Amino acid sequence: MILILEQLLNGLQYGVMLFLMAAGLTLIFGIMGVINLAHGSLFMVGAYAGTLAAAQAGNFWIGIPVAIVAAGVAGLVVEAVVIRRLYARDHLDQVLATFALLLIANQGVTYFIGRQPVPANIPAALASPIELLPGLIYPPYRLVIIAAGLLVALGLYWLINRTRIGMLVRAGATNREMVRALGVDIRLLYTVVFGLGALLAGLAGYLSGPISAVQVGMGEQVLLATFVVVVVGGVGSIRGAFWAGILLGVVDTMLRAFLPGLLRQVMPASEADALGIGIASMGIYLLMALVLLIRPKGLFVAGR
Amino acid sequence: MEKRKTLGLALGLAVLLAMPWLMETFGSSSALSLASRILVYSIAAASLNLVLGYGGMISLGHAAFFGMGGYAVGILYAHNGGDPFLGLIPGSNHLLVTLPAAMLLGGAVAALIGALSLRTSGVQFIMITLAFAQMLFFFFVSLKAYGGEDGIIIRRPNEFFGLNLRDRTTVWYVVLGFWLAFMLVLWRVIGSSFGAVLKGMKQNERRMAAMGLAPYRYKLYAFILSGMGAGLAGALMANLMRFTSPDMLHWTKSATLMTMVILGGVGTFFGPLLGAAAYLILETWLGGLTEYWQFWLGLILLAVVLGTKGGLVALVAGLWARLTGGARP
Amino acid sequence: MRKLLCAASMLALTTLPAMAEPVKIGVITTLSGPAGYIGEQVRDAMQLAVDREGGKLGGVEVQLVVEDDALNPGTGRQIAEKMVSDEGIKVLTGIIFSNVSGAVVPDVVDNGAFYISSNAAPSNLAGKECHENYFVVSWQNDSLHEATGVAAKSLGYKKAVALAPNYQAGKDAIAGFSRMFGGEVEEIYTQLDQTDFASEMARIRAANPEVVFQFHPGGLGLTFLKQYQQSGLLGQVPMVVSEPSIDGVILQAVGEGAVGIKGSTHWEIDFDNEASKEFVSSWKAKYPDRPITYYAQEAYDSALLIGSGLAKAGSPEKADEFREALRAADFASTRGAFKFGANQHPVQNWYLTEVVMGADGKPVGKSQGMIREMVGDVHAADCKM
Repeated sequence: MILILEQLLNGLQYGVMLFLMAAGLTLIFGIMGVINLAHGSLFMVGAYAGTLAAAQAGNFWIGIPVAIVAAGVAGLVVEAVVIRRLYARDHLDQVLATFALLLIANQGVTYFIGRQPVPANIPAALASPIELLPGLIYPPYRLVIIAAGLLVALGLYWLINRTRIGMLVRAGATNREMVRALGVDIRLLYTVVFGLGALLAGLAGYLSGPISAVQVGMGEQVLLATFVVVVVGGVGSIRGAFWAGILLGVVDTMLRAFLPGLLRQVMPASEADALGIGIASMGIYLLMALVLLIRPKGLFVAGR
Repeated sequence: MEKRKTLGLALGLAVLLAMPWLMETFGSSSALSLASRILVYSIAAASLNLVLGYGGMISLGHAAFFGMGGYAVGILYAHNGGDPFLGLIPGSNHLLVTLPAAMLLGGAVAALIGALSLRTSGVQFIMITLAFAQMLFFFFVSLKAYGGEDGIIIRRPNEFFGLNLRDRTTVWYVVLGFWLAFMLVLWRVIGSSFGAVLKGMKQNERRMAAMGLAPYRYKLYAFILSGMGAGLAGALMANLMRFTSPDMLHWTKSATLMTMVILGGVGTFFGPLLGAAAYLILETWLGGLTEYWQFWLGLILLAVVLGTKGGLVALVAGLWARLTGGARP
Repeated sequence: MRKLLCAASMLALTTLPAMAEPVKIGVITTLSGPAGYIGEQVRDAMQLAVDREGGKLGGVEVQLVVEDDALNPGTGRQIAEKMVSDEGIKVLTGIIFSNVSGAVVPDVVDNGAFYISSNAAPSNLAGKECHENYFVVSWQNDSLHEATGVAAKSLGYKKAVALAPNYQAGKDAIAGFSRMFGGEVEEIYTQLDQTDFASEMARIRAANPEVVFQFHPGGLGLTFLKQYQQSGLLGQVPMVVSEPSIDGVILQAVGEGAVGIKGSTHWEIDFDNEASKEFVSSWKAKYPDRPITYYAQEAYDSALLIGSGLAKAGSPEKADEFREALRAADFASTRGAFKFGANQHPVQNWYLTEVVMGADGKPVGKSQGMIREMVGDVHAADCKM
């Protein structure tokens, strides 16, 4: 029972992480119609900038604003220099351009910072695990991530539903052409959306640094899962990204944790392990295929 | 105008036929095998272009069919002279057996994936094709019987009328033959009424449906044809490399194929060839110059996207028009 | 201008016949992506060995030609073809990943060149597909993990949880470990692209073993070790690993969290032989802020082996003499005793090692004594050369 609870927490934490990445991507996707393969690079920029700054200052918390600002600025520059020229173009041109950006970003980091992974440390106060319930020992840092994710979700909810920018964002996600026709400065809206997505990615990158590794190519490892979240949740829908992130996080964790064990009940151990982990590694893709076959537009259709 | 086109094609063909001599004289010996690789990749990219450029179906899962072609050759080789595959299918190392098998397998997998994926469109279609390809990737990674992640080493290339398929010049002409046949078939398909319907669907699916044409079925046919083409390319690649591994199925391979198509020119007949050539030549050339070659590759790709509308084909056409001082041909 | 240069080189050729072109050595390795640091180690260690003799190996002037394979078999193959047939390179080395070497090695050796592996040694090239021009200086995967099984057994553990990614090398790792460990083993498979191991940590805790064995090479290992520490398991359940899971770079990135981890190794930074001491001190002098890894040591040894071949044969063009010289493995390996088995893979000693806190406040490996003496690998029997 405790084990199930612990795995649920793990799933929630992974899901929240995915949401942080997916929130920005789904907006860029839904409102600007840009398939941004370089979103993972913004994740990496945030992680590197924050981690290096934190190491310099000797304080973990310094890294958060640095990561957000660095990724946000990088996002704005990319938008102004590259993406802006491509709005009127085919989506495929955007794919190629953002793929090129991804190559440039990875090699840039390799050249300027080096190939070795950068050490990223947890603040001392959060380093040792705590006992949440009798028998349930959990790293507090992961609880911080869950809290940060939920806070961001609340903040975005407020921003989208209660502010003028949010109204435009909602309108843009529902019908891009109409917003443009109404004389809204669509350029400014695009810049804001891209910047917002970038800084969320930067935050996610920095927070995940101490758990995984701050290294070249770290963005691509989460990029695919993030795209899956965006599509399952429904393109352009923040709410969809939130629920899909958590759904995928929990399903992925649960499959890995319990599927081999369950299969062992009905077949020999070695076959059960092979089949179990095989299905688990395909898990999120299977789930996406299923969702799309039943609801071709994803779980939540944007704007509703 | 027709005359000039025919002249151009004849010139191009002459260059291709003389390639081994040209490489021997002006290039280097390994450049010929690079050229063979370019042709093979251009078959895969042109297959992708059939659905992507002409049919408007953005598939990010074509590595699946490419890889299946490779594994068809690899698995048949592994069973050659041994136990039949699944107890039914005997192994083989004859190109005339393995190539059709690869195309059949590529087509069958494409039929399966296409039948499910084509229920969606747009971004969802991109992602669902990616998802199926990734599932196949994970399947082959954990498939111990065929080398798993390490892949299958095909020590001897397939047999083909007693030719030595390790000799670069021979390989070039064999690949060129298959490439010409493929391009001819593709030309016929695109020019046929089927091709016209496909292009019509890309522009306005509803109108086509109103004309009594079932979009789903036409798209599926195109997808299957495309899968067969990619399977053919995969099988040829396995013979060139004498090696097959899950790497051929990885999503980055799908992305590379898509990059080649976009770089060359989406929905153009020779775009994929130009794109494959430019991509692979850049990769080889820059790789020899600097270990940060991916940085420069990225910059060049970016410049091409921002600087041209419609990829290299448009760039070449524009230059040609400027040179001849006339309107575009 | 060109004519002038031509004339100058002609002159050079005629007057200084001894100053012939240096022997080129092709180094195909992975320099981009998360594994880029490994290629960097390989490249720099080889250069170190060349610099040691002032641009020579075995008294013969050499030149390293380094290219990045980007972990892509096709790219690796294209580079190899270019090196072998255009540049006439006869000796290649440097590949890190098995799937790249599967695409490159057969073609290289079939074209009459030599491949000296400084790392990758897939089992499909160690047995039936072995080749007289293919030498492995590092290790064969199976023997690596068998040694860790021996280590765990010698430490008195009986019940283990073994974790590895769900691919061929991962399965081989757990099989190799279990074969020599002999005790009760619960297997947990992870994924190759996994970034979060929380679920596995919970399962380890639930299984409550005496020891954990894990095989996660490169960045995966870094992530795994960090999360092992964060979950609080580090102090509770001891861990044994094989070398690739905890190379020097990872050790530095994990920091003090790695202290106390045990493992098996064929070489450790504190080895007390002349070759090793020279290697370590010259590395530290040249790259003071970069840790040394096993990858670097293997690459250095590979260069020394090539040097021993060149010293006897003078040039790899004399293929038979060069091959004979390589087979003799007549060089002072940084790991001490070293010879080749029937499949030209290493026969070597394995040692127990432990991560301790170094004098400079950084964790460092410390060798603890031999656990297996001069062993080869199981595939040698399948090799008919």
